[in-house]
Amino acid sequence: MRLLRLFPDDTRIPFMRWRRLSFPFSGLLSVLCFVAYLTLGMNTGIDFEGGTLIEIQTREGEADLASIRARLNELDLGEVQVQEFGAPNDVLIRIVRQEGGDEAQQQALAKVQAAFGDEVDYRRIEVVGPRVSGELAQSGTIGVLVALIGIMVYVWFRFEWQYALGAVIATLHDVVLTIGLFAVMQLEFNLSSIAAILTIIGYSLNDTVVVYDRIREMRRKYKRMHLITMLDLAINQTLTRTTMTAVTTLIALLALYLFGGEVIRSFTFAMLFGVFVGTYSSIFIAAPILIFLDPQLAGEPGAATAEEDGEAEGTAGPAKA
Amino acid sequence: MLYFSRWKVTAILATVLLSFLVVAPNFLSQETLRSWPSWLQRQIVLGLDLQGGVYLLYEIDTADYRARRLSALEGDIRQAMRQEPRIGYTGLDVVGDVVQIRIRDSERVDEARQRLAELVNPLSSGLLGGTQTTEFQVIDAGDGLFRMTFTDAGMTQRLATVVEQSIEVIRRRVDELGTTEPSIQRQGAERILVEAPGEKDPARLKDIIGRTAQLSFHLVDTTVSPQDAAEGRVPAGTVVLPSVEDPTLPYVVEEAPLISGEDLTDAQASFQQQTNEPVVSFRLSTTGARKFAQVTTENVGRPFAIVLDDEVISAPVIREPITGGQGQISGSFTVESANDLAVLLRAGALPAKLFVVEERTVGPGLGADSIEAGRIASLIGAVAVVLFMFAAYGLFGLFANVALVVNLVMIFAVLTLLQATLTLPGIAGIVLTIGMAVDSNVLIFERIREERRLGRSAVSAIDTGFQRAFGTIMDANITTLIAAAVLFQMGSGPVRGFAVTLTVGIITTVFTAIVFTRLLVAVWVRRRRPTTIPI
Repeated sequence: MRLLRLFPDDTRIPFMRWRRLSFPFSGLLSVLCFVAYLTLGMNTGIDFEGGTLIEIQTREGEADLASIRARLNELDLGEVQVQEFGAPNDVLIRIVRQEGGDEAQQQALAKVQAAFGDEVDYRRIEVVGPRVSGELAQSGTIGVLVALIGIMVYVWFRFEWQYALGAVIATLHDVVLTIGLFAVMQLEFNLSSIAAILTIIGYSLNDTVVVYDRIREMRRKYKRMHLITMLDLAINQTLTRTTMTAVTTLIALLALYLFGGEVIRSFTFAMLFGVFVGTYSSIFIAAPILIFLDPQLAGEPGAATAEEDGEAEGTAGPAKA
Repeated sequence: MLYFSRWKVTAILATVLLSFLVVAPNFLSQETLRSWPSWLQRQIVLGLDLQGGVYLLYEIDTADYRARRLSALEGDIRQAMRQEPRIGYTGLDVVGDVVQIRIRDSERVDEARQRLAELVNPLSSGLLGGTQTTEFQVIDAGDGLFRMTFTDAGMTQRLATVVEQSIEVIRRRVDELGTTEPSIQRQGAERILVEAPGEKDPARLKDIIGRTAQLSFHLVDTTVSPQDAAEGRVPAGTVVLPSVEDPTLPYVVEEAPLISGEDLTDAQASFQQQTNEPVVSFRLSTTGARKFAQVTTENVGRPFAIVLDDEVISAPVIREPITGGQGQISGSFTVESANDLAVLLRAGALPAKLFVVEERTVGPGLGADSIEAGRIASLIGAVAVVLFMFAAYGLFGLFANVALVVNLVMIFAVLTLLQATLTLPGIAGIVLTIGMAVDSNVLIFERIREERRLGRSAVSAIDTGFQRAFGTIMDANITTLIAAAVLFQMGSGPVRGFAVTLTVGIITTVFTAIVFTRLLVAVWVRRRRPTTIPI
């Protein structure tokens, strides 16, 4: 039986040469994401903003969004968003945080329930008060930072500090791009988005560590090989594994995205994006950045660019030795 | 790496078999399960988002609680000073967090200080030999001016007690309602988390829990005109309270209650015999009955107000002395609201006001839809991954697929054993694990292929492949584990469910990849003695 192969066995793609493209590209993209974050802002959900979210389902026929909106506006609750949610008779209502503390949120909910009464089925109600939302936002930010630091310490412990720094830069790149995605597409940013980001961090690092692991192994084996050649070789050798894993993970996530229901759709969407970015960053950011961080080159600035072109092709041999 | 001792093989197979056994009850009905041994009767706990239910986070209204404690202290100070021999004072008032009093007679300041010192309300201190904690402290501002305020330690201890008591009261109330078993836990210093899975009527549950249910009877002051009452011009010692039945017509009642909810021993919903309208009948304790008998004898012909949480439910006129210690509360109840009030009165009043700071309710319909969606998504995801692995690695892909199935079973087994809660993001975590689980196998297989290309024999390549991949697998998974651990720490509810399945998934993945798959491959190697590897 002929087995499916994503890449031929002996790929010799000079990935390190592409860093002249990938670094400016990623840098520009990161800046754009940051700009998007500052100008467009995040579509923060009630978890971090406070407010009320109600998912209702009409008992008969399709929901009339316009009339629902009109009836909600009569209640004088400030900004109200009404949108279809997955099915024509399923409606998601978001009510902005009410002035006047925790009790005011509850009163807003009571008003809506009084207005719609038993006409509709309340599938989901979420009310988050101003203080809890502040705490959730704080613990979310702390969570992402703690995860990054914890991982950095572990990589530092297992490898060397240059690798730890490289891994964190690559991971931060993924986090920034994911946040940019949320800002550009105005996806709702809530607690599950933080969960998605932490998972992306985990996935991206998983990938990076596998590549680093191979680099470390080769450095022990081929003490004299040029760093750039070695990095290229390491990435090429792990390329099949990197892509295979990305594909299986994407397959599973795609199933979740298509069939997992409306509630977790934005969560899986962010993760799908994260797997792409995470795979890209381990190859095009995490590995090449070692050229700037690795002690082997610390004493000879400029060596990286000067010798690179000739060496990359020439000494790829030892793998077959 | 390919040799397994006999006992090791037995242990691995036993673990796998046990996992299947633990998961089995999840597919059986409760009735079939009764005949099973009790340790096997566990089923996975579904989160609120999957089975529907209510998540309510309450916070003690500390500002209200402080205010009430201070006003009680003010009353105590007044009484202490009025004790014979009386001590003259001026300016007794609550200012911010402080009760202030100025003693007129400078000769008697020491005596006043002593009387105030008796009001500091010592609290039992759990620490042996530590200094006694008191609720209040007396600050002598000199010149006959005294201030009394909370001590920090005292307030902390009082709040802890208030939270404990509130949890007790909530538990009694919810138990009386007889809904599904809710979990009621303290969270932080001032919060209480109530989770009621499967609750069908969240609004009613919220109403029952949130009511302070402070019941008291007060004499009504009928001398004040309605207009004065509306404008708040009332005699000292009386207050204006709104009426439930007619909000435009407030009552003026004496501040000091005749009897309060603590004097009640029982309350039941019943019907009034003449009109057949729902009422709540109550029974008073012996001391309560004596007090009530005395005031009703003295005040025949006057109305008294039945006050619940600062609202007058009704104000019947005392027609004759009530000496039996029993009575009825009427006031346009429905059968359900009479029943709810009886529940509240039996369970007792909350020691402080509570308010909802976070609420998440999922209806049973959405929960069922989510389970269905999760099931379909995991099934499709798993089948697609299995097909892909087979296409890419052939026989070894098959090994990986068997390991994947075992992995899934083990995840569910661990979740069942730990009685961890499965949430919708939790299912997402499992699906993600399906995708990432094969990663360990991919690492091993790719390594084997490489070793083979380097010229090793088939068996040696397999052996080295497993060996070399081991370190990578550990490093790669530990980093993900760190992220999952952080998620678990900071998350609540659904997100925590995701962290749990992700963590469990990582651990079972490592086990299945480097132990179970290796066993499968080892058995194959021993049987076939392969000279080529079909990957």
